[in-house]
Amino acid sequence: MPNKILVVLEQRDNKLKKISFEISKAASELAGKLGVETEAVIVGNEIDDLTKIGNYGINKVTILKNAELVNYSASAYTQVISDFAKAADSDIVLIGNTALGKDLAPRLCIKLDAGIAMDCVELNVSENEIIATRPIYAGKALVDVKINSEKKIFVLRPNVFNAGEPSQAEAEVVENTVESPNLSTRVIETKKSEGKLDVAEASIIVSGGRGLKEPDNFKMIEELADTLGAAVGASRAVVDAGWRPHSEQVGQTGKTVSPNLYVAVGISGAIQHLAGMRSSKFIVAINKDADAPIFQVADYGITGDLFEVVPALVEELKK
Amino acid sequence: MKIAVCVSHVPDTATKIKIGEEGKSIDPTDVTYILNPYDEFAIEEALKAKEKTDGEVVAISLGGESNKESIRKALAMGVDSGVLLKDDKERDSVSLAKALAEEIKAQNAELVFFGKQAVDYDNSITGQLTAELLGYNCVSVVVGFNLDGNKITAEREIEGGKEIVEASLPAVITAQKGLNEPRYASLKGIMAAKRKTIEEKDAASFDNNVEILQMKKPQGKQAGKIIGSDASAVPELVRLLKEEAKVI
Repeated sequence: MPNKILVVLEQRDNKLKKISFEISKAASELAGKLGVETEAVIVGNEIDDLTKIGNYGINKVTILKNAELVNYSASAYTQVISDFAKAADSDIVLIGNTALGKDLAPRLCIKLDAGIAMDCVELNVSENEIIATRPIYAGKALVDVKINSEKKIFVLRPNVFNAGEPSQAEAEVVENTVESPNLSTRVIETKKSEGKLDVAEASIIVSGGRGLKEPDNFKMIEELADTLGAAVGASRAVVDAGWRPHSEQVGQTGKTVSPNLYVAVGISGAIQHLAGMRSSKFIVAINKDADAPIFQVADYGITGDLFEVVPALVEELKK
Repeated sequence: MKIAVCVSHVPDTATKIKIGEEGKSIDPTDVTYILNPYDEFAIEEALKAKEKTDGEVVAISLGGESNKESIRKALAMGVDSGVLLKDDKERDSVSLAKALAEEIKAQNAELVFFGKQAVDYDNSITGQLTAELLGYNCVSVVVGFNLDGNKITAEREIEGGKEIVEASLPAVITAQKGLNEPRYASLKGIMAAKRKTIEEKDAASFDNNVEILQMKKPQGKQAGKIIGSDASAVPELVRLLKEEAKVI
């Protein structure tokens, strides 16, 4: 029988990330179904509006505090969070499938002698057991898995679990100062791609492919993305051709994404690309070739010349 | 210095996935298996580290007889020797990492490279698990790497940027696309690979904590509406996005 759920929150620049609200809400729903307690933990120094995690059903959050832990350190975060989880005697841990979560969760898994399910897109409870659904082969198939060890870690994909409407409830904040953290791996610098949204976090993505003909034409994609407040994505073909950085690649050897809206421009829809974006909530395809496979997954399609359609779309959206 | 690179043998990314009859694994009929794409970057970086330190690289793979094809590819690129940890059962990531960690320890490798994720189960954690089991430092999803004596500096990809991470050996690095340009195996390399040894031994056995209950295909997305064939369809598209989909 499970006894407690621990939610590992994530901050960047002292602000809670959106995934923190999503996993908190998921945890409080699970806790209700399992009839267990839930609490949250976060590592950092000063974090804005931490009480607001209460809006998503978490009553108590502990901040493991040290000025040197504002940036992620794999060694230190692993140490302080696993110590906390052991002391709190939590047997279920929820964490986000983010760059930080993917790095940290497996380390916690060994420290806690737990079983782990990565990149979960659905959590259900059946006979008091959590059944997690996760995509494999970049989404070409899914598996339902159950963790049989006593301790279980579920790592939740961002942008899939709905945080819902925030309530007015506030969480109790407990401060625990961390003495001399283990900084054997440490981040000495963080380089930001200025002003750019990342495809892994964006709720709208505008992606371009070979149909753009040359790298310079990606300006059209950037303009459309700016107008929509979207991130820029790219097909493997244009990344391999060196037009765009790999960080923008969507698909099986790039990122698997589930935004609210995915706009595919000049992308034919190779199987590897479709695998990476087919779970988007709405898909728009703009492509001259009416037989392109992308139209088989698109909710709305325009089978026209992107060099006419995209500028018209930007203009219409600006109205 | 002894360097290890762990490689997996996975279905080609162009493969259409069919679910097997028992509903818990894929149907391997007509599936072409290849060296995991991210492992090519790991092999290249291991070879660079070998050249820099005058070291020796061993490629380790866990699985069936056919995994030797991927080990052979690593050998053809310039890896010195291979180890096949023979196993024919499905393993979860932790059980896999435990077997790899034992072998890495036996090899006394101080620097270990993995691809950041195998493109079959997409867990993206085997490297980190193995590092934690060995008590090694680890940097995952690496796009830049420098080794200076005992010190490593690695650039790691995060959302909207990069982290520059410092640590010391022994360490595990998981390679992301963009870390380097993997070399092609030369004809000479391919010939030489045939003479290199692949040691075979039974993989250490561990219990799985994660149980696959069923494997299924994603719900098919229905093809939607074609709104038009030129720019005149744009106002209708914007209306649908606002009023029907409610996503903008």
